Amino acid sequence: MDPRVSVVDKRLAGIERIIAVTGGKGGIGKSLTSSVLALTLAQLGYKVGLLDLDMSAPSAHVILGIDGIFPEEEYGIIPPEVHGISFMSICYFTGDEPAPLRGEDITNAMLELLAITRWGALDFLIVDMPPGIGDAAMDVIRWLKRAEFLILTTGSKVALVTVKKVIQMLQELQKPIVGVIENMKMRESGLVRDELSAYNVPLLGAIEFDMDLEDKIGDAAALAESTMAARLTEIVIQDPRFKLSQN
Amino acid sequence: MHEWALAEAVIEAAVEDARKEGMTRIREITVRIGELQQIELDPFTFALDEIIKLHGELLQHAQVKLEDEPAIFKCRVCSTEWHYQKASLNEAEGEAIHFAPEVAHAYMRCPRCKSPDFEVLQGRGVTIQRITGLK
Repeated sequence: MDPRVSVVDKRLAGIERIIAVTGGKGGIGKSLTSSVLALTLAQLGYKVGLLDLDMSAPSAHVILGIDGIFPEEEYGIIPPEVHGISFMSICYFTGDEPAPLRGEDITNAMLELLAITRWGALDFLIVDMPPGIGDAAMDVIRWLKRAEFLILTTGSKVALVTVKKVIQMLQELQKPIVGVIENMKMRESGLVRDELSAYNVPLLGAIEFDMDLEDKIGDAAALAESTMAARLTEIVIQDPRFKLSQN
Repeated sequence: MHEWALAEAVIEAAVEDARKEGMTRIREITVRIGELQQIELDPFTFALDEIIKLHGELLQHAQVKLEDEPAIFKCRVCSTEWHYQKASLNEAEGEAIHFAPEVAHAYMRCPRCKSPDFEVLQGRGVTIQRITGLK
């Protein structure tokens, strides 16, 4: 018997809301949005954690410019606080080495992180979900019982075709969906609204494509001033779905 | 001490299973310790003892039996099998694997064909083999 699954709930018990950022396709900005959302919430005064669950290609540390730190060991491992965010990723252990992990390895590595990481009390834990709806994503959905899903799409039919499957699957599993954000919006179009109208999910807003965003990667202060951060701040402040129970 | 977190997982899982099985007392928990994770036994057993004390009657007289499991790897490319002792790891690499054994794929290679595509046949980490008790 694998004992680790039994302790996951306990590790997450001090967290008020777990927001899992997902979307069907790779390359739609899950890691960037997760990282900037965590920064935004931290700047608004919330206690925030960020968990990068991309085991093969973790990138949140690159986005936030996190380097040269290692978690503290204390009855488990304590995520280091960087830019006001408690941050956990497999990158602490793999460094820059490629770690070619197969499905079972990915499952094991994610479960290990969930079982040994002591988050303490947080308002929000932002989870950068594994891409797609394969083994890894299904494992996370099963283990993070209290997760609410924030779905990213772009205004492309190619992204939307998969996003619809993700929504359908989450709804079948009766998992709460915070809403959908359109990322990298390049032009006015009703495509996202029209394509998702049948699914009864809140459309939270859109983040415009930002030609300068790439230059801000690795610089948390610059990212906090980006258009993406501004849009996410609007969404978080204005949308009641981001309120904590005590607010 | 990261061993504490794993010990907590063992006890949580044992309690959960015992309740599911309708046990009123757990007599013995047999835990297998996979070599790859390089668990330090003293802090691990200390943590198990301390956590057991925090639980009530269900674990009052529970014994934990530890079994070692050697780590064996098999290359998916050339089918070579090898043992952990053959892996030449430095201290930092061993430490990283201790926290998340899958990162062995970043630091270990098949001794014959140098592929990182191998499976851990046995001895990955901590598993519960048996729980016995009274119903």
